Amino acid sequence: MSADVAETIAKIRQQLVAVSNQNKVPHLACSLSSVEILYTLYFKVMNIRPDEPDWAPRDRFLLGKGHAAAVLYSVLGYRGYYPPEQTMTLGQNDSAFEEHPGKHPPAGVENISGSLGHALGLATGMAKAAKITASPAHFYALVGDGELNEGTNWEAAMFAPAHQLDNLTVIVDFNKLQGTGRSCDIMQLEDMEAKWKAFGWQTARVNGHDVDALYHVLKSDYIEAGKPRAIIADTVKGGGVSFMEDDNNWHYRIPTEEEVESVAKELGLVN
Amino acid sequence: MRNKFAQCLTNMASENDKICLLYADIGNRLFDKLKAVAPERAINAGIAEANMATMASGMANLGMRPFIYTITPFTTARNFEQIKIDLAYADMPVVIVGTGSGLSYANLGPTHHSFEDIALMRVLPNMQVVCPADSLELEALMPQMLTVNHPTYLRIGKKNEPLNYEEVPDIQLGKAHVLKEGSSVLLLCTGTALHLGGKLHQALEEKGISAELTSMHTVKPLDTDYLQKLADFDVVVTLEEHSLIGGFGSAIGEWIIDHYSKPVNLLRCGIPDAFIDKVHDPDSARKRIGLTEAAILPKILAKLEG
Repeated sequence: MSADVAETIAKIRQQLVAVSNQNKVPHLACSLSSVEILYTLYFKVMNIRPDEPDWAPRDRFLLGKGHAAAVLYSVLGYRGYYPPEQTMTLGQNDSAFEEHPGKHPPAGVENISGSLGHALGLATGMAKAAKITASPAHFYALVGDGELNEGTNWEAAMFAPAHQLDNLTVIVDFNKLQGTGRSCDIMQLEDMEAKWKAFGWQTARVNGHDVDALYHVLKSDYIEAGKPRAIIADTVKGGGVSFMEDDNNWHYRIPTEEEVESVAKELGLVN
Repeated sequence: MRNKFAQCLTNMASENDKICLLYADIGNRLFDKLKAVAPERAINAGIAEANMATMASGMANLGMRPFIYTITPFTTARNFEQIKIDLAYADMPVVIVGTGSGLSYANLGPTHHSFEDIALMRVLPNMQVVCPADSLELEALMPQMLTVNHPTYLRIGKKNEPLNYEEVPDIQLGKAHVLKEGSSVLLLCTGTALHLGGKLHQALEEKGISAELTSMHTVKPLDTDYLQKLADFDVVVTLEEHSLIGGFGSAIGEWIIDHYSKPVNLLRCGIPDAFIDKVHDPDSARKRIGLTEAAILPKILAKLEG
C-alpha cells in the first residue's frame, strides 16, 4: 500500500473519530471496520464519476449496516463528491448527513439505510434490472455479520444465483461483533464462506483491512460468469485504532477530546 | 379480477418495456401470456415476499415500473417494513398488488384473510390505495397506475366477482364515481363491497327511499371534493370488506372529524374486530359477520328513523 493511500485512509479514520466526538454520534467502531473496504471500492474498483454522481451507467454501492453511514460519507468526501469537511455536519439538525442515510442524502449515496437486511435485496433488484436493460453497471452491497441475522439477506442470496447475477457482489464486513456480543455466539455464522458457496455464490475470503488484497478479489476480471460474488472480509471492529480494536463498548461509546488527540498521534497525522 | 389483472398487465407490458412483474410463486398458469410476451420481465421472486418488495425498489430505482403480486396478507403484512422503507419512504413507483383481498379466500382461513391491509397501506406516507370493485373497474384503472409516480397499493379480489357495470366505466383514479344519484341515503363503497351497495340501493329504492350509490375505488387520496356533500344526506353508509379499525370507513370518519364542520349521520359497515375461524366460504363468512343486505338494511332504516 503506497504512502498516499495510507495517508488518505488515516485521514478518513481520524475524521470518523473526530466527528463522533464533535457531534456525539455513536457507532464509531462499526465504521472503522469498513474503512479499507469502502476505500478500495470508491478509489480503485468502481466505475464512477464523482463530479457526475447520477451518471447512468455508474457502478453502485449499496450500504447495509446503515449505522456505519459515517464511513461512507467520509470516503465520498475524500473521493471528491463534496468537500470532506461537510462530513463534519453528521447528525446535526437539518444536515443531509443523517446518522442513517435518508431519502435526501449527500451526493453519491445510493440508498436509504438504517434498517438492516435491505441493501442486498436492493442491489439484487438493481442487478436484475440491469440484466433486463443491458446496463453495464456492477452492484456492490456491504453487509455486516450482525446484519446477516436478518432473513431477507438469505432470500436475496437464493434469488441472485438462480438469475445468474454476475453483476452483483456482496461484501461481508465480518468483524465478529454485533450490538451486544460476539456475533458467532449469538447466531451460527461460520463457516461464512461455505454458507455463501452453498447458496451458489462465487466466494473469496480476505483480510478486510488490506487494500491490495481487497482490490485483488474485487477487480472485475475476477468474476466467474453467471455467478454473483460474496467477498468475506475479515475485519476488526474498531479496526485501526489500537484502544478501540475488538472492544464492543465502541459500538456506542463517544471518544473524548483526549482520545481524539491520541488517535491523531497513533495515525501519524500529528507529531 | 386476477385474470383481468394478468390480461391488462400483459397488454401494458407489451407496449412498455419498463413494466415488469414480480410474483411470489403463485398464479399457476395465470401469467403464461405475459411470459410469452416478455419472458425476462415475468419474474418469480420465490416465496420470499420481503425480498420481493425490496428488489422491486431496486428495479424501480433503475427506471423500471415493477408490479409485485401475491395473496394480500403476504404482500402487505408480512413484508410491511420493506414496503415502508423501500417503497414508501424511498417513494418508488411500484404497484403492490394484493389478490384475494378481504374475504375472497375465506375458506382458506385467517392466514389468508385480509382485514388489515388498507389500514397498513394507507398509514404510509406517499402510498396511494386503490380498491377496484370488479374487473371492469380494474380494467379502467390499470393503465392509470402508470400516471402515478408514487407507490400504489392495488387491492383486488380473486375471480368471478359480480360485475357492477355493463361495460368498462369511465372512472378516474382519485375521483369518486357515482353510479346512481340519490338524496336521502349515501352508500359509499370501496372494493367488492360495491356489489353489496348495489343490493342495498335497490332495497332502499323499493321502500321509496332515495339513495346514492358511489364507488370510492381510491381510498387514498380521498376525493375530498366529492365528500363536501356528505351533510346533504340523512344517512351516510360506508361499506368495505375490511376491518372497521383503520380502513375505508375510518378514513371517512377521520376526514369528517378533521376537515368537515357539518354534522354527518354516519353508519360504518365492515368486518368487526375478531378473527373468523372455522370453515366458511366467502358468503357464509359475510353472513356470519353481518356484511349482508339483510343485516345492514335494518341498521340504515334505524339510522333514518333515529
